[in-house]
Amino acid sequence: MLTDSDRIFTNLYGTGDAGLAGARARGDWDDTKALLVRGRDAIVAEIKDSGLRGRGGAGFPTGLKWSFMPKEPDGRPAYLVVNADESEPGTCKDRDILRHDPHKLIEGALVAGFAMGAVATYIYVRGEFFNEAQALQRAVDEAYDAGLIGKNACGSGYDHDVYVHRGAGAYICGEETALIESLEGNKGQPRLKPPFPANVGVWGCPTTVNNVETIAVAPTILRRGASWFSSFGRPNNTGTKVFCISGHVEKPCNVEESMSIPLKELIETHAGGVRGGWDNLLAIIPGGSSVPMIPKSDCDKVLMDFDALRDVKSGLGTAAVIVMDKSTDLIAAIARLAHFYKHESCGQCTPCREGTGWMLRILERIGSGRAGIGEIDLLEQVSRQVEGHTICALGDAAAWPIQGLIRHFRPELERRILDHHKAA
Amino acid sequence: MITLTIDGAEITVEPGTTVLQACQIAGAEIPHFCFHERLSITGSCRMCLVEMEKSPKPIASCAMPVGEGMVIRTDTESVKHARQGVMEFLLINHPLDCPICDQGGECDLQDQAMAYGRGLSRYGENKRAVEEKDFGPLIKTVMTRCIHCTRCVRFMDEVAGVAQLGGLWRGEELEIATVIESGLDSELSGNIIDLCPVGALTSKPYAFAARSWELVKTETVDVMDAVGGNIRVDTRGPQVMRILPRLNEAVNQEWLADKSRFACDGLRRQRLDRPYLRGSSGSLEPATWDQAFAAVRDRLSGVDGSRIGAIAGDLCEAESMTALKDLMTALRCPNLDCRQDGAKLDPSARVGYLFNSTIAGIDIADLCLLIGTDPRHEAPIVNARLRQRWLAGGFTIGTVGPETRLTYPSSRLGAGPRTLQEIAEGKHEFCAALAAAERPMLILGMGALRRDDGAAVLAAARAIAERYTFLSDDWNGFNVLQAAAARVGGLDLGLVPGTGGLDTTGMIDAAESGALEVLYLLGADEIDTSRFGAAFVVYQGHHGDAGAQRADVVLPGAAYTEKPGHYVNTEGRVQRARRAADPPGDAREDWTILRALSEVLGRTLPYDDVGALRARMIEIAPHFAAPDDLTPAPWAPFGTTGAMDPAPFAAAIANYYMTDPISRASETMAECTRVFVPDDAMAATGGDGS
Repeated sequence: MLTDSDRIFTNLYGTGDAGLAGARARGDWDDTKALLVRGRDAIVAEIKDSGLRGRGGAGFPTGLKWSFMPKEPDGRPAYLVVNADESEPGTCKDRDILRHDPHKLIEGALVAGFAMGAVATYIYVRGEFFNEAQALQRAVDEAYDAGLIGKNACGSGYDHDVYVHRGAGAYICGEETALIESLEGNKGQPRLKPPFPANVGVWGCPTTVNNVETIAVAPTILRRGASWFSSFGRPNNTGTKVFCISGHVEKPCNVEESMSIPLKELIETHAGGVRGGWDNLLAIIPGGSSVPMIPKSDCDKVLMDFDALRDVKSGLGTAAVIVMDKSTDLIAAIARLAHFYKHESCGQCTPCREGTGWMLRILERIGSGRAGIGEIDLLEQVSRQVEGHTICALGDAAAWPIQGLIRHFRPELERRILDHHKAA
Repeated sequence: MITLTIDGAEITVEPGTTVLQACQIAGAEIPHFCFHERLSITGSCRMCLVEMEKSPKPIASCAMPVGEGMVIRTDTESVKHARQGVMEFLLINHPLDCPICDQGGECDLQDQAMAYGRGLSRYGENKRAVEEKDFGPLIKTVMTRCIHCTRCVRFMDEVAGVAQLGGLWRGEELEIATVIESGLDSELSGNIIDLCPVGALTSKPYAFAARSWELVKTETVDVMDAVGGNIRVDTRGPQVMRILPRLNEAVNQEWLADKSRFACDGLRRQRLDRPYLRGSSGSLEPATWDQAFAAVRDRLSGVDGSRIGAIAGDLCEAESMTALKDLMTALRCPNLDCRQDGAKLDPSARVGYLFNSTIAGIDIADLCLLIGTDPRHEAPIVNARLRQRWLAGGFTIGTVGPETRLTYPSSRLGAGPRTLQEIAEGKHEFCAALAAAERPMLILGMGALRRDDGAAVLAAARAIAERYTFLSDDWNGFNVLQAAAARVGGLDLGLVPGTGGLDTTGMIDAAESGALEVLYLLGADEIDTSRFGAAFVVYQGHHGDAGAQRADVVLPGAAYTEKPGHYVNTEGRVQRARRAADPPGDAREDWTILRALSEVLGRTLPYDDVGALRARMIEIAPHFAAPDDLTPAPWAPFGTTGAMDPAPFAAAIANYYMTDPISRASETMAECTRVFVPDDAMAATGGDGS
């Protein structure tokens, strides 16, 4: 178990003062100028060495991403965009950072922005996060007043503005290019890549989009060193991570833990265990609604990191652990997620626009048994036709939970159909 | 150059080419819906997926630029499955109503479903239905058929410059719509019918009128403006059913203006299908050709040539104008004009009445000065090209003339000749931009030349061209934007007053005063027919418009779709029109009427067939020998330097939808006028075509 002294988010539960004084007491904004003085290359190198991978779901190496930004300006300004459009069902880690530890994010924005030569940071906050956006704005105002950001930030001679921008409540705007479109005032629809945002991003300028947690951990990594951060977890899966545990557990919670912690240990230690005991477990969605569920047999021994979860054909995603015990109607649960993806599809590209609705309808009928056995295969094939064929990852995200259900619980689907036919 | 491998074969293409285009060059057909080479790329239909080595997912080939050493496969099982999957998705919510869909037979979705789809549908759920939208009188919508390729949205945004279309809602509920249902207020809106790969957007006037495979297709040119857009006329029997654009990069690319496309129903209405004679009761009565010719012969006998006048209208092809000129010469009549609008075009120098930069030349200009012209309405295709140039960046546009609603930003420098004078004298602030420009162009419209001081305005424009960098070895930035399809041809052939002859205004004045006894109108309707006094008027043309109403003898001619002929567009480009349908009833091709009349008059014209007539045309104007070629006109003096009236330039066209006898006879154009043209502009639209 991670010791308190190794936790980065020391006010995750809001027990302390979220304001600047409290943040300073917890070590934030402590000689930030010294971090900047190290220079761009040193900061990027430190982050690379730490092995930090993006905390928003895709797990792209952060230092590498930062290094894609142009070294020499070509006349265009560069921007850092912080993705605080946290909408993935089951995920609520960024929310607590925004409201309880906003200065970690703002300091991270300054450091990361400096490391990539950005002139400003835009923090795109989910529309529904009204109070969180206010808390964040308060913190930004405090930081401006204290001279920590803005002109000559922290006395470093570097100017960096931070703007809080509120979305209007669309899941798709959490996709980085849709977020950029939305930030520009357009309808939130993902853009084609290439060009990648590092080359053509907000208003056509070089842009890096990072998750809240990714940016918020950066100052601490720089202060305590890459080797400290990489001492947690397995190689290629290093660091600490905020896990969001929800569903059929005794005490649902957010908790910062070491990467690669066994799933069972995570739940038993921090969430009070599965409701009715570990043996009452049916399945777990380990990384937010977009990743396939894993059955109890996998949950028994799987480690919570990118590689281990990939090996069981799931993913770490946002590390939002959704626990489902044996009382769960898995088909209804996945149908609810399918409904979510149908509702949130932007409609731009064909497979997602048409496929999400089709998958939902089949799944709903299977859930009530009004389907043919062959339709399970059809559903699987439709999900394969969506997967990998879309502009952004929403198509994959819609397909994977369904594939996970069929992979592990096909007998349950068949039973549901056969029962209905028997009763009829 | 970039070398990549497509299906095992190496191919070298230009950098910036997309994988889709490279595949097409390599001969691998890639199905696609949203991609269109003249529109921005969205990569959203996902039909063009191909495999790329080192990419875990298939890529959208339309959106991927080629890279050195790329290895692309278009023929694998996974590509086939991807296409099949996308096609299935496109079809699940698309109604299978091909038998009652106007797009049937020329539908991309139909064709590609045949080639790349499954044979059977696996979709058993209810299909989506979408309410129809009101896109105005030209475009019929069946939005349930929409596959959301957004070609129409991108066309309206990018080419038409009227951002009225967009996607409402999201996901399955996504609908292509306007925010306010008021019709698409663009002169290029009809092009979205061609762009729509399915039957969601079809032609409203043509709805359920014919099937594409019943139509006979004739490639010809348009006469609704002076651009000479290349068109395909689709006929069934004697009727023109519809008109579509043809590809010509130098002229209309692949676009067509709405009037050119939709005014064709005017070809069926108000037609002159037999000769008429003004009877004793004062009304026109049907007659035979012999009676009509005899009436003309009787009236002309003994009349001196100087007391005859002839005016050629806006839609005349070069053949009939040549015959008219030769006939008038034979009658020793010097009173001849093809400028029925009174524009002070100077026939002495060809460079002074052409669009010398050429339409394609707009692409390389860096500044444009619009003088007394509204290209959006006078030549929507030219306007689209200007917008295309503006989108590319580095293009300054200034206007002198009435307020316009152009589809690109421009600075209005002034309203009339005073501003022109200031620019010519280097006293206007715009002169700095002019001096800095490398390839500036000016476009002089009919609004500036249809004035009493038109010749002075023309000279002032010439002075501007000569003062700045409009003229160089490889660039001529002086342009006249003609409004009539016949005008350049008429000027080339010399349909202008001979020695001591009267021009249009002079002829009308002389007719009113009685100095002119006989007036021969060859399709001339845009003149004040109430001022002909007691003159004997012969009207030869195809529509019962202003000219025919005043005529004493009506000789029924052929409309532009009914006769082979040559037109010279505003650039000076000779283009050949072909006969798509027969003239109605007793109507004849126009040059044959003049040839027959000449025989009755005892002045037989020396050509018995169209070949001999064309030899005569080439004799007068050698460039008729080389259709489609452009010969740059040498710079020469034109216009008459003089005082200019400070009155502002007027708009050349009050109502875009009605400018000639065909569009005035069109019900579709009448409906467009009702919907799109403000009432005050309508009041100004009459038979005088002002």
